Amino acid sequence: MVAIQIDKVSKKFRKYTNKEISTIKDLFVRGIFRKDTFETEIFWALRDISFAIPNGKMVGIIGSNGSGKSTLLKLLAGIMGPTTGNIRINGRISALIELGAGFHPELSGRENIFINGIILGLSKKEIQDRFNNIVKFAGLEDFIDSPVKTYSSGMYMRLGFAIAINVDPDILLIDEILAVGDEEFQHKCLNKINEFKRRGKTLVFVSHDLGSVERLCDEVIWLANGVLKASGLPRMVIDKYTDYVASFEEERAFENHQRALDELRKDSPNRWGTKEVEITGVKLTDGNKKEKYLFEYGEPIKIVLNYKANKRIEDPVFGIGIFRDDGVCVYGTNTAIDGFSIDAIEGIGNAVFSIEKANLVEGSYLLDVAVHKRDGLPYDYQSRLYSFIIRSKVKDIGIYRPDHSWSMISDEV
Amino acid sequence: MFRSIFEVFRYRVLIQTLVLRELKSRYRGSFLGFLWSFLNPLFLMVVYTLVFSVYMRNPMEGYPAFLFCGLLPWLWFSTSIIHGAASIRDGGHLIKKVVFPAEILPVVAVLSNMINFLLSLPILFLFLLIFKIPISLSILLFPILLVIQFILTTGLTFFLSALNVHLKDIEQILNNLLMLAFFLTPILYPVTFIPEKYRDFFLILNPLFPLVTSYQDILFNGRLPNVIGLSYLVFISILVFFIGYSVFNKFRDTFAEEV
Repeated sequence: MVAIQIDKVSKKFRKYTNKEISTIKDLFVRGIFRKDTFETEIFWALRDISFAIPNGKMVGIIGSNGSGKSTLLKLLAGIMGPTTGNIRINGRISALIELGAGFHPELSGRENIFINGIILGLSKKEIQDRFNNIVKFAGLEDFIDSPVKTYSSGMYMRLGFAIAINVDPDILLIDEILAVGDEEFQHKCLNKINEFKRRGKTLVFVSHDLGSVERLCDEVIWLANGVLKASGLPRMVIDKYTDYVASFEEERAFENHQRALDELRKDSPNRWGTKEVEITGVKLTDGNKKEKYLFEYGEPIKIVLNYKANKRIEDPVFGIGIFRDDGVCVYGTNTAIDGFSIDAIEGIGNAVFSIEKANLVEGSYLLDVAVHKRDGLPYDYQSRLYSFIIRSKVKDIGIYRPDHSWSMISDEV
Repeated sequence: MFRSIFEVFRYRVLIQTLVLRELKSRYRGSFLGFLWSFLNPLFLMVVYTLVFSVYMRNPMEGYPAFLFCGLLPWLWFSTSIIHGAASIRDGGHLIKKVVFPAEILPVVAVLSNMINFLLSLPILFLFLLIFKIPISLSILLFPILLVIQFILTTGLTFFLSALNVHLKDIEQILNNLLMLAFFLTPILYPVTFIPEKYRDFFLILNPLFPLVTSYQDILFNGRLPNVIGLSYLVFISILVFFIGYSVFNKFRDTFAEEV
């Protein structure tokens, strides 16, 4: 049996621009009789989405912000209708899109349970039967007769979730709400979800938490810009998705660098010195001389400083500093410290700082580059203009990752 | 269309719950609570009586009782229109987040104000008693007027609430139009104050005219209302209801996206 079947579903929205007509003044200013007054820009939140979800499966929907996940969920829930295409739902459906929608702040938790329950489609009797369960699940025994406005946001969310989960539908749609409440409550939610699965109910689950999607779901659907990019086994789809996100990150890192170079041409406050020697550009490359700004952990990095000496300079010193994005200095050195002496430079050339292995943990890093006199007087100092990103499959913490291994030995050392 | 109206009936528990929520929350936390549904009209009555009966020396007997006969239905009408027009916009959290039949919201606005109206009736009867106005059999028509007013008001709120989603000015315009209607309808003054040659003209223009005078006839004057006026009112009310509901239906799909 198929619980949810959707065929070539598209959803069109009007774009909200300041060209909108929302008051009568606008209407007259723009003119009622001009044809373009009522034309609005549109965009497609979903395009040609088709999939089927069999009964008893838990399906995760992933995708970056604005990819259409929530729109899809609202279409499934029946809150909005699709512009084109067909949606077939078999069974009672309940959507946890916003917890506590319809709570009235002045009324007590008890009254709100009844109101919210009825809004979600329960009968009075059903609510009565489940009342104690709901209160216990939310952990609000002591506050159930206080007005909801006195609740903390955690209590509010818990009550909303407790009601919604007790609606007991055949199909449950969940929009990014597992992040509700403290550790203990989250465990309760997960237990409830597992119980749901055991009882053969169908779940559709939108989340950015790829870890829990992989753990919980039988199948994953990945949306990007309203298009279904991939669907299938969680591991496979999530891998594709993370690769895709990484390629974007790489592009962004490149763009960041371009911006830094543009900045260099202007009079940046991050740059000072006599300019007798100028660092005209900085380029990062990997082992294969390919320019890039996003490195995997352990990759070699070459930092190339293009310089232009406006006159002959004796005994210059080139230096670099690597900083974490919170300002902590990771490493700093220069040619003088390293005992690498340069007789003199004139005209253009490159100074190259090679790192054999980037032993850094995941994150973004900033670069200082400089050329100065041996006594420290800067010719050109460029502070935190450039950046690069280290990506790692291992989620260790800190700054520096020493090459290391673990072993177990029985003898005392 | 008739199926949708039937839907509303199917959701009666929901309507009932929301009306209760509305009523409970209105006075919850205020010291005098539900007494306000008496005190508000009482206060208005005192002000109008002072102005029209004392300052302007209107010689009418039992003016406060007369005033209530028109004022209370008017308050039901005007608060329903104000609340109802804003109902879809204000109920955005429901329409956007829950599968929810939108037409319930304007209906709830009209119904909860109707209950408020019914609750304020004792004060009307108290004043009829104080001024020794006899209660006649024509009062049996009261439920019919109630139903007519409900249909008329609900139809209007369907129309206004749907439009208000797209055109925010509606709420502002309404305040002014209601003020105009309040003074053009014979609430503060008996219908005889209007020169006879204009009377029919205003009656046709303003369906509240026959409504309010009918209330005054059955409660204050102790006679049957004008049949022609009442028939016209019934016709207009049903017409307004169907037009209002069709407009509402036409805009319905846009609510979840626009509010």
